[in-house]
Amino acid sequence: MGRKLLIHNDKVPGINTLEVYRAHGGYSSVEKALKTMTPDQVTDEVKKSGLRGRGGAGFPTGLKWSFLAKPEGVARYLVCNADESEPGTFKDRYLMEKIPHALIEGMITSSYALGAKRSYIYIRGEYFYVARIIEQAIAEAYAAGWLGENILGSGFSHDCCVQVGGGAYICGEETALLESLEGKRGNPRIKPPFPAVAGLYGCPTVVNNVETIAAVCPIINMGGEEYAKIGIGKSTGTKLISASGHINKPGVYEIELGLPVEEFIFSEEYCGGIRNGKKLKAVVAGGSSVPILPTELILKTAKGEPRLMTYESLGDGGFITGTMLGSGGFIVMDEDTSIVKNLFTFTRFYHHESCGQCSPCREGTGWMEKVLKKFLDGTAEESDVDLLWDIQSKIEGKTICPLGEAAAWPVAAAIRHFKHEFLEIAKKKKFDDVSHYNRLNKIHA
Amino acid sequence: MKVTIDGIEIDVPKGTTILQAARMIGPQVAPPAMCYYSKLKTSGGYCRTCIVKVTQGSTANPTPMPKPVASCRTEVMDGMVVQNYTSPEIIEARKGIVEFLLVNHPLDCPVCDQAGECKLQDLGYENGSANTRYEFKRREYEVIDIGDKIKLHMNRCILCYRCVKTAEQITNGRVHGVLHRGDASEISTYIEQAISNDFSGNVIDVCPVGALTDKTFRFKQRVWFTKPVEAHRHCTKCSGKARVWLKGEEVLRVTARKDQWDEVEEFICNDCRFENKRTSDWVIEGPTQVSRQSVISQNHYNHLNELKVEAMKHQKALGFMPLDKKP
Repeated sequence: MGRKLLIHNDKVPGINTLEVYRAHGGYSSVEKALKTMTPDQVTDEVKKSGLRGRGGAGFPTGLKWSFLAKPEGVARYLVCNADESEPGTFKDRYLMEKIPHALIEGMITSSYALGAKRSYIYIRGEYFYVARIIEQAIAEAYAAGWLGENILGSGFSHDCCVQVGGGAYICGEETALLESLEGKRGNPRIKPPFPAVAGLYGCPTVVNNVETIAAVCPIINMGGEEYAKIGIGKSTGTKLISASGHINKPGVYEIELGLPVEEFIFSEEYCGGIRNGKKLKAVVAGGSSVPILPTELILKTAKGEPRLMTYESLGDGGFITGTMLGSGGFIVMDEDTSIVKNLFTFTRFYHHESCGQCSPCREGTGWMEKVLKKFLDGTAEESDVDLLWDIQSKIEGKTICPLGEAAAWPVAAAIRHFKHEFLEIAKKKKFDDVSHYNRLNKIHA
Repeated sequence: MKVTIDGIEIDVPKGTTILQAARMIGPQVAPPAMCYYSKLKTSGGYCRTCIVKVTQGSTANPTPMPKPVASCRTEVMDGMVVQNYTSPEIIEARKGIVEFLLVNHPLDCPVCDQAGECKLQDLGYENGSANTRYEFKRREYEVIDIGDKIKLHMNRCILCYRCVKTAEQITNGRVHGVLHRGDASEISTYIEQAISNDFSGNVIDVCPVGALTDKTFRFKQRVWFTKPVEAHRHCTKCSGKARVWLKGEEVLRVTARKDQWDEVEEFICNDCRFENKRTSDWVIEGPTQVSRQSVISQNHYNHLNELKVEAMKHQKALGFMPLDKKP
């Protein structure tokens, strides 16, 4: 049984209210930070904890905080990225829905460390009801004096606001998020300058994922060094994993980093194995944009070591034989799944969500979707596989923001590991979908 | 700051971008640019044609940059080493960008007014491949009027955002912008509102392709059959310095003057551009220097001086005296 730090109380009735949350030790990190620590000490604890960004990139949070420019007389902002839109990822929704105060507590503590008098929680439009829950929690926090002027008599004042986005994947990219927050079209900015220097309204800004901010609370409570003891190497602490796909028990699980992938998929405590007694075919380990891996590579690395749920172990072998922990959107596919069809679904998504600013992504994502559609229609040629490979290689690394890569990586990985499926369709001139869903559809039709 | 581009070193002031530094060296190393416009702030970074490889970040931090960078938006560092045409990787990547720009661009050059002075034609010819691998239907839009003088062919647009920046920065009040997203993005006016601003016509000049065209010139003539001359007139709204495109004695169109990089030198007002279409409205200074590579120079300027004398005769005959310029 792994330790849980973020969602250990999720089944407690009424945990979404301040009263119950407080009774279970809530807001103690704010108390501890504001009463006994200086802002720099809070940052130091986060640095010591080795906490890495939980949104996908895995950048060390303490380091990100220390990059924040602190010019005199200029406001600083903390922005929480709750625009969780990566297909296969739904951990932030669970956290915010069940324990909204964990996020608000983290926002206050983090803002204290950064010296931000105002923070924003940017929630994707589709999570409208979650925004209502957060707003309710914020109102409670204001009423109890956790937000507002002179919190706990410490002289630190803080305001926290919720902003609902329009429902665009691209607004999860931090600079696009800031543009959107400013009321503009959600297009990523060209970097540099980075948000740490010129972010929201041109002021120094830190943008962190929901889970990252919530993880600051246990770090302050238990101390950074203690937190760093959980996990392996540079992957410290716990991580929320959104498990979905052909497993017996889909859902959000909090794991200690370092858990073997095999245990996560097959143990009763977590996913509970592949449903209907099928065999595992492939896993997308960290949200739709990370490379897909076939069974033999997801359970063991190319060197034959067991694959662990850590940033390093999943990344072992680079993109040739490895993948990424990403946002923790763990999508499991059984033996009946068509990788080509799955890839089409992903690519259609990226095509739909491209902002259209830079040409490789704007034109390339649509092109890839059209070529993949040919495979589903059974009209593809063998040369189309090479064409797809070429298109993705010309998108990757040439775009303004990482959406281009997010669209290119799944295509590259699917061709790298499952080229035979593409070639088979091209040879047979027919696409056979034997997936469970397809069979169900046939029965119902 | 010293920066080396394709093996040529140059000393540039702080804050110079790689593209500007490359232009200072000359066209042999300058990357092509479809969206960057030195006269417009915050332009560039979108089309990605100007990407270069930075093999050494700076003297202080010599590590290479991991990805190709947009040279128009990346400032040079002291001791930076950049590869443009000397990097096969960049040439290949740029070929890809050109292909992307062309996948949704209609190949209607034979009926497009921009043909002959189109940056995308040049780009495709110099950096693209001969064939297309795109076999699907291109996106299509209706041709719309934005204002009584400007026509928008959205099909041809490559979404460089130059016209948006122009409207934002040199007119008072932008009423057009980008709608929708991804490859469904389109330039449009606010509920098809007309652009009626004294300087709106400049969006035609900054457009690198034939998406925004001058309705007073549409379908009148292929540009290479017209003769550009530098001319000026007294104008209270702008400098009045323009380029007048003649066919015989007729003024077919008026544009702003453009520099070596095909960028407008001084923006002109709509009065000069649209309302003064008689030779007598203009004081002609002399023929425009046209690059030998340009299709516009074909068959025309073998005898630049002869043409200049002819232009002066023309002015005299109309009762105008040219400025004290010797032919």
